[in-house]
Amino acid sequence: MLTTKTRRSLGLALMFGAFTLPAWAQTVKVEDPWVQATVAGQKATAAFMKLTADAPVKLTGGKTPVAPVVEIHEMVMEGDVMKMRAIDGGLPLEAGKTVELKPGGYHVMLIDLPKPLKEGEKVPLTLTFTDAEGKTFDVAVEAPVHPLKREHEKGEHGKKAGHEM
Amino acid sequence: MMPPLIEDGDTSGAPMNGIPLLRHACHTFLVILAFALSACNRAESSSPFHATELHDPTFGRELRLPDTQGRLRTLDDFRGAVVGVYFGFLQCPDVCPTALSRAVEVKRLLGEEGNRFRIVFITVDPERDTPEVVRAYLAAFDPSFVGLVGNPEEVARTAKEFRVYYRKVPTGSSYTMDHTATTFVYNAHGKLRLAVPHSLSAEDFAADVRRILAE
Repeated sequence: MLTTKTRRSLGLALMFGAFTLPAWAQTVKVEDPWVQATVAGQKATAAFMKLTADAPVKLTGGKTPVAPVVEIHEMVMEGDVMKMRAIDGGLPLEAGKTVELKPGGYHVMLIDLPKPLKEGEKVPLTLTFTDAEGKTFDVAVEAPVHPLKREHEKGEHGKKAGHEM
Repeated sequence: MMPPLIEDGDTSGAPMNGIPLLRHACHTFLVILAFALSACNRAESSSPFHATELHDPTFGRELRLPDTQGRLRTLDDFRGAVVGVYFGFLQCPDVCPTALSRAVEVKRLLGEEGNRFRIVFITVDPERDTPEVVRAYLAAFDPSFVGLVGNPEEVARTAKEFRVYYRKVPTGSSYTMDHTATTFVYNAHGKLRLAVPHSLSAEDFAADVRRILAE
């Protein structure tokens, strides 16, 4: 559905683009976006999704009505210590190569939430990308809120389990 | 280069005073060394556990923190159950929900014995994580999970006792917490038995808990 919406935006851009945009207007396909639910008083959460750009661009920011601050973060494990950092300069996307923002890697951080996000709600999220020439463009999606307690995926933790210890 | 540190919660408990990079490097080295050593131990002792087995460790011997109702809790409160102690914070969008969801799955995999597996979550961000929010957060996973919310000094002391690293790190607009993502597992007699890494699967974790339950 969301992909369709993105495609529709692309279609519109192509139809009317000749007048307002260059014919080669870039786009980024956003698939399976979701936002993690929060409880009352919890001020931050993250959005996850798959991004496929048709040209080299960077994910440099975003906007949402549910949070005043949006940052692009990366999580890394050093030994068994978790570290999270804002990605300076944006998250680079190669043309045609899907980058998945998922637990254990990149996420879009939604900060200073004024109220909790409940399962089943949809969060409008506008992602801002910057192309190689420094021009920015936006892609809007709606990300459903998934529960804090994640469905268990067999082997989710297990890929490197145990043996590295 | 590095943003100024607001607070240091590493194992020494002392402020970082200007040489954070060096100490950070040392810490990273120690973590890697510890993992390398545990790998050696495991190979030699052929431990039956997927997680790192601990033999009378000199850390994690004491736990005294208030729960989300303000009652002081100690390890003795959990005798009879296998307890997993995890340090985290609520604005953690990644490892904490992953670890707590894994704990829910471990409990499910244990079947009837699942009620003898308890999770204790200790916040390393007491400034933002009030007892009410911690209680609501844990209830979203499992109503049996116990949250402990100390003041900053109590949290620092507890982390030191567990050799858990945590540190406040400024991000663009506010701050985040780096923290050890290990789950420390006690047997039903209150003895610290396992250090479970974040990467361990729910299936392997559950197999280890089953073995510990039999001790």
